[in-house]
Amino acid sequence: MNSYFANLVIIFITAALINNVILSQFLGICPFLGISNKIKSAVGMGLAVIFVITTSSLICSLIYRYILDPMDLKYLQTIVFIIVIAALVQFVEMVVKKISPALYNALGVYLPLITTNCSVLGVALLNVEKEYDLVEGIVNGVASALGFTISIILMAGIREKMVHNDIPKALKGFPITLITATLMAMAFYGFKGLV
Amino acid sequence: MNKYLERLVNGLFKENPTFVLMLGMCPTLAITTSAMNGVGMGLSTTVVLIASNVIIAALRKFIPNTVRMPYFIVVVASMVTIVQLLLQAYVPDVSEALGIYIPLIVVNCIIFGRVEAYAAKHSVGLSLFDGIGMGLGFTVALILIGSFREILGAGTWFNIRVMPESYEPISMLVQPPGAFLVLAMLTALQNKLKLPSATNGSVKKTALSCGGDCANCKGEVFAMNHELNTKEPQKEKSAGKED
Repeated sequence: MNSYFANLVIIFITAALINNVILSQFLGICPFLGISNKIKSAVGMGLAVIFVITTSSLICSLIYRYILDPMDLKYLQTIVFIIVIAALVQFVEMVVKKISPALYNALGVYLPLITTNCSVLGVALLNVEKEYDLVEGIVNGVASALGFTISIILMAGIREKMVHNDIPKALKGFPITLITATLMAMAFYGFKGLV
Repeated sequence: MNKYLERLVNGLFKENPTFVLMLGMCPTLAITTSAMNGVGMGLSTTVVLIASNVIIAALRKFIPNTVRMPYFIVVVASMVTIVQLLLQAYVPDVSEALGIYIPLIVVNCIIFGRVEAYAAKHSVGLSLFDGIGMGLGFTVALILIGSFREILGAGTWFNIRVMPESYEPISMLVQPPGAFLVLAMLTALQNKLKLPSATNGSVKKTALSCGGDCANCKGEVFAMNHELNTKEPQKEKSAGKED
């Protein structure tokens, strides 16, 4: 039991910091570069991603474990996962709208964007590839989403400060954002020594 | 110019998905650690793009407008699965090196962009050549970026040593931070030389239904898909007049 728990902690740290979805796996680059100009929207996007990735890794793990695997339909995983995720995002949006209008106001605008976020499908596929069981899969999902949130909020913080800086003309906009991402990726590269 | 040839030139140069439209940044950053990976990823995407374009173009008159997104998703995902299984069977090395980025072709915005903006409105022949052009444009771009990173970062090209023995490889370039740095330098150069690129706003946003600017993408396309689609015919005309 103890070693199982230790294993979960290692999966958590690996997914959140060492193999950060954005800075080392390059999943979800579009929202990372697009929605990171204000901390407030970065937090909203991050929370929505945590919500969706956790639910989708749970459901995809269940489907894979109890439907695809026993029936020998593993080759259908890409098709099944993408449809489940697209449907799930729609469903989550409807449920949140109905039961918690406050939460919907906070997350609502970010939910449709998540279908286009490849980190959701990426995490579901990684769970299968690494042969994680149900609990490990959920821990990996939560941790990956947390890693996404950490990097997008950090990026937003830096970009809010950067507005006041004197940046060379050719580097304005996209290039300087990418250079910031380079430096962040280097910092996160240092976490490799943790495990 | 012949209109089929024009689609090829368009995909390779005028609307190059990587250098000009800045689409599909996730695979571009993730797998360009070597030129060989660029070839594998580029050709897989090309095959998926051509097949999906042809199928959607052939069925475009039968797909109800309201359910076309789920329809596109199923077609693209099926093509990706076929390519994935073929790679596993015939080139296991490539399949191993590209890992989950092969199934992730499903969410590559180049595919959806082209299917939605082009194949759903044009004939099978034109869509076929559009797929070939865009796919080759993507492949060439990935090979160029991959070669740059591999030669400077590892001193080799297609696994053959090209730099002199005394050359100390800048290993950072083949690590994750190097991907961001190379793309940063590329876009800075485009800004400096005022080359057409989605990142400096010099490309018309209308070229693709998704806007074609991954850097500023907030995914609005999926929310406002309908409005965009109804405006599309005029955009196609203005895009055709450019040369």
